[in-house]
Amino acid sequence: MPIIQSSSQPLLSANNLTCIREERILFEQLTVQINAGDIVQVEGPNGAGKTSLLRILAGLSQPYEGDVYFHANELTKAQKISEDRELYAQHLLYLGHLAGVKGEMTAAENLTFNLALHGASTDIVDEQLAQVNLLGFEDSLASHLSAGQHRRIALARLFAAQQQSPQAKIWILDEPFTAIDKQGVANLERLFMQHAQQGGCVILTTHQDLTLAKDNLKKITLAYQFN
Amino acid sequence: MTQASTQTMVNRQTTIKPHKLSYRSAFNLMVKRDISIALRHKDDILNPLLFFIIVVTLFPLGIGPEASTLSRIAPGIIWVAALLSTLLSLDRLFKADHADGSLEQMLLTPYPVFILVLAKIVAHWLITGLPLLIVAPVLAVLLHLNEQSYGALLLTLLLGTPVLSLLGAIGVALTVGIKKGGVLLSLLVLPLYIPVLIFATSTIDTAALGLPYGGQLAIIAALFVGSLTLAPFAVGAALKVSTN
Repeated sequence: MPIIQSSSQPLLSANNLTCIREERILFEQLTVQINAGDIVQVEGPNGAGKTSLLRILAGLSQPYEGDVYFHANELTKAQKISEDRELYAQHLLYLGHLAGVKGEMTAAENLTFNLALHGASTDIVDEQLAQVNLLGFEDSLASHLSAGQHRRIALARLFAAQQQSPQAKIWILDEPFTAIDKQGVANLERLFMQHAQQGGCVILTTHQDLTLAKDNLKKITLAYQFN
Repeated sequence: MTQASTQTMVNRQTTIKPHKLSYRSAFNLMVKRDISIALRHKDDILNPLLFFIIVVTLFPLGIGPEASTLSRIAPGIIWVAALLSTLLSLDRLFKADHADGSLEQMLLTPYPVFILVLAKIVAHWLITGLPLLIVAPVLAVLLHLNEQSYGALLLTLLLGTPVLSLLGAIGVALTVGIKKGGVLLSLLVLPLYIPVLIFATSTIDTAALGLPYGGQLAIIAALFVGSLTLAPFAVGAALKVSTN
């Protein structure tokens, strides 16, 4: 598979981000450029602001200073994500550290709802659940499943996104490997590679060492600031 | 570039077309999901309804069974009970979704937030407001409500309880990020409920006297239309602040 060279324009760029939480500066003047084909691992100790950074990039939180720009394609000019939320949402797949899975609904219902709510096709939900090893659990209530299986229902959206066209280009994943077994992590890493090769980007936080090819992997390291 | 475009061509053949969702189907999807969750979690429906029934039936026991006294205070009792039972059920509107991350996902969809918010409020009314409307005439019999007032009672509940859900949603959206926002929610929301209470009870009283009550009803209708059009936007904005 040919790797699409990163174009002159990045997919997502953040300029001079400053984030303040509880009167503590988490990061200051952070400028990030994320190109198509990048897999970016955000590292740092607990409380360094990894989740805050991802939430700002996803448009869920507002930075204290700075802006996040999104480049829908090479022809259009960069747009602030805060200004065209709905356009950005079409290209974004965000999974927070809360899975967004309802305990009262079955695995299949959860995935169907999550896909439909983001305008994705829901034709082969059972197959997509099978891809995350939930074959046979389609009709089990999510609250009856284990923590890892619960998480897998949310992660099934990534496998589904891979089969959609046009697919969500920007994946922002907060601790995607929590409660996932070794085989599952390997499958996910393969999926990230595939996604990057198809011109998407993945931004994730994890404390695990990724076994991805090193040339694809970029790292943002946030330090715990004492102030 | 040519390589890239052939690559996408190949992908297109093997992939599934996304089905585009209209605003209306996004709305329906949300309503259906909330109602099916409530039906599996029957407390959501039964709790406010039981509270309503218990409060209303306790009054004749406390005050005494005199028909004249009871029929005098019946509109107030039914409406105050409806108001408190709605307040009791408001928490369910966004709290659970906030706790499991569904709310974040809701804010990140390609659909305008107010459509999804409106869908959640409609579902909330169907789950908690509509049952009140159904049991209220039965409870009115217990309170010797004047015969002429039944129509007015039902009309005020029909127009008034959606206002309670809509205004309440703003309060819940503002307090959803706070760990123990219960007291704050009551303080925020109850003052907004007072106009509905005043006009609703006055409509029912006027009807009992056999006078035309169109004027008061029109004001409740105006409150309903006003909150129906404006509250979803306020809720959407409040949710963004709360999840920030």
